[in-house]
Amino acid sequence: MVRDIAVIAVAQMPNVRAETALNEVEMLMPVLAEVRERAGLTQSEIGFTCSGSTDYLSGQAFSFVSTLDGVGPWPPIQESHVEMDGAWALYEAWVKLQLGELDTALVYCYGKSAPGPLHEVLSRQLDPYHVAPLWPDQISLAALQAKALIDAGKATETDFAEVAARSRKSALANPNAQLAWDRPAKDILAKEPIIDPLRADDCPPITDGACAVILAAGDRARDLSSRPAWIRGIDHRIEPIALGVRDLTVSASTQLAAERAGLGRAPVDVAELHAPFSPQELILRDALGLADHDNVNPSGGALAANAVMVAGLTRIGEVAQRIMDGSASRGVAHATSGPCLQQNLVCVLEGEG
Amino acid sequence: MTKEQVAVIGIGQTKHQATRGDVSMAGLVREAASRALADAEMTWADIDAVVVGKAPDFFEGVMMPELYLADALGATGKPLFRVHTAGSVGGSTAIVAAQLVQAGIHERVLTVAFEKQSESEAMWALSLPIPFQPPLHAGAGGYFAPHVRSYMDRSGAPDHIGILVALKDRQNALKNPYAHLHEPDISFDSIKDSMMLWDPIRYAETCPSSDGACAMVLASEAVALRATKPVAWVQGTAMRSEPTLSADRDTVLPRGGSDCAADVFAQAGITDPRRQIDCVEMYVPFSWFEPMWLENLGFAGSGEGWKLIEAGVTQLDGDLPVNMSGGVLSSNPIGASGMLRFAEAALQVRGMAGDHQVEDARTALGHAYGGGSQFFAMWVVGADKR
Repeated sequence: MVRDIAVIAVAQMPNVRAETALNEVEMLMPVLAEVRERAGLTQSEIGFTCSGSTDYLSGQAFSFVSTLDGVGPWPPIQESHVEMDGAWALYEAWVKLQLGELDTALVYCYGKSAPGPLHEVLSRQLDPYHVAPLWPDQISLAALQAKALIDAGKATETDFAEVAARSRKSALANPNAQLAWDRPAKDILAKEPIIDPLRADDCPPITDGACAVILAAGDRARDLSSRPAWIRGIDHRIEPIALGVRDLTVSASTQLAAERAGLGRAPVDVAELHAPFSPQELILRDALGLADHDNVNPSGGALAANAVMVAGLTRIGEVAQRIMDGSASRGVAHATSGPCLQQNLVCVLEGEG
Repeated sequence: MTKEQVAVIGIGQTKHQATRGDVSMAGLVREAASRALADAEMTWADIDAVVVGKAPDFFEGVMMPELYLADALGATGKPLFRVHTAGSVGGSTAIVAAQLVQAGIHERVLTVAFEKQSESEAMWALSLPIPFQPPLHAGAGGYFAPHVRSYMDRSGAPDHIGILVALKDRQNALKNPYAHLHEPDISFDSIKDSMMLWDPIRYAETCPSSDGACAMVLASEAVALRATKPVAWVQGTAMRSEPTLSADRDTVLPRGGSDCAADVFAQAGITDPRRQIDCVEMYVPFSWFEPMWLENLGFAGSGEGWKLIEAGVTQLDGDLPVNMSGGVLSSNPIGASGMLRFAEAALQVRGMAGDHQVEDARTALGHAYGGGSQFFAMWVVGADKR
């Protein structure tokens, strides 16, 4: 007994290395205006609003409170916030619409990674008693995962480089991408690793960005959009944070979420995977049964722009956009959180007819 | 489609105190969650999903700590969700968890909220110098004192109302073994003579800074009907948010609060809350918020809330008991404070509130607020189904 809910509008801020002129509220407001205009809705016509962000990027407690003012929540609105990537804010909105009382929802997220030392900031996510005091940076953790893949004989540095090269080449067609270029994998391999076995090109850029999506249910979606991107399945799962108790070469939580979301019921013609580091795309492809798929991350993925708290919802937006414009009929979007793919969300979207 | 029924079938909380140096953050949440599971007569394996809430991550210095807590909360292979809606978060978290059951997605959801304030210093975490924003005047009291003064001016409430509320809540806390503040010698005069912190708010009229956690097991109708202990049926839930800075706002009697109350009462079929609600557990971090919220929620007319307090209506043995547990004034693990309100309402209608039980409580309101009186979360729970 699942209610049909669709993405009917998407807007993104063009991803940049550092947005130095605008604060988070100023960064977000044009994105909110654009997504509402695309949906043809004003804020007072939207049933539920949900956002995702983290205080640790803005360096301010309750930072989301200021950005809510940018939404224009008057008269008072039904609203919630998650300290998670916007993909999970979308999940909460999807649950809210399932209750059958509201027909539309605004979902947004934002993240300015640039102002602080991101790799050190993210180390504050780790076990505060045993691991965080060592300040392990996220590149080192991803390198451990990459090394585990190599040691298990599942992938090579060439495989990593090919993901990196293909992603940046695809990003050339994405006007919102931050990092886009066309160079062969062998050029990447010619460079020295920064943290063995990862080269700089295997790592995501540091990005400031924002993304917003509007959801609508059933006939309301059909009224507002000529081709809604229907959410056919959505699920998320988590694993322990400790790297030592996980097999880092697989993503059990992604595989489980995909099963729950019904990914395997039919083939997909597009996949957007939130794989900040190139080896992680290989792990995710494997978990999702997309090992040889020829249309993964046409946007360039997180290797082309990785705004923390945003890159997951952006994946859903990229798939939804392709369904709405008719270039895809069924797709899968994935979002991740935590070190080395600890927590994963899978969303299956389809067009109608 | 219609919403599924959802009930609270298990409740657990920690002993709240200034410093829980005997446990880690994981130990703290596990203490509350284990008690909720035991109350629900369940094990970790019975739980389908976990929903965690807490206030700003700077309060402990851990970014998105639910990632680290996933293991301690038995969430491996399950969905784990993290809510953060300012001070109302404990209430919002329970609502998000309840919706997972109401939507028919899960049957047994564990929800946990916590704060371990001793790991850090919340007052300074709230006082970061942010460019172009008004400072919070070193803590929330400085922010809210003008609201209280405005309420006193508008309503003509005498100065001693705040003292009466503080005295009542601290005396109720003596009946609650989990409460942080147990002050057997507290008196009207000791509160009156305590230091004036943020005029008109005295030291003894403010909440403490606590370590603590609260957890609940929420279950579908099929699961709840098999419970051997009484359950609390969720009859309505509502959330509202309004801006921080807006000329339209009335921060003393916020429209977000009255809209939220009207919504939750309508869902529960309540047309006269003063008569139909048996007891209220509301978020009162400074004693004067009790009369303000009594008016905002519709239990008293404009300017009349303080008269209920003076008449003893909100005492534990009064006609409309408020904050039976001792309230936020007696325990304030910020992120958990909203959920403690929701949990106390559920304990009351289950008849399991021990020495602070209100006789024959069948319908109760749990209320939480946050930000600058701009985020609201409420639920009505009952001994009967909606």
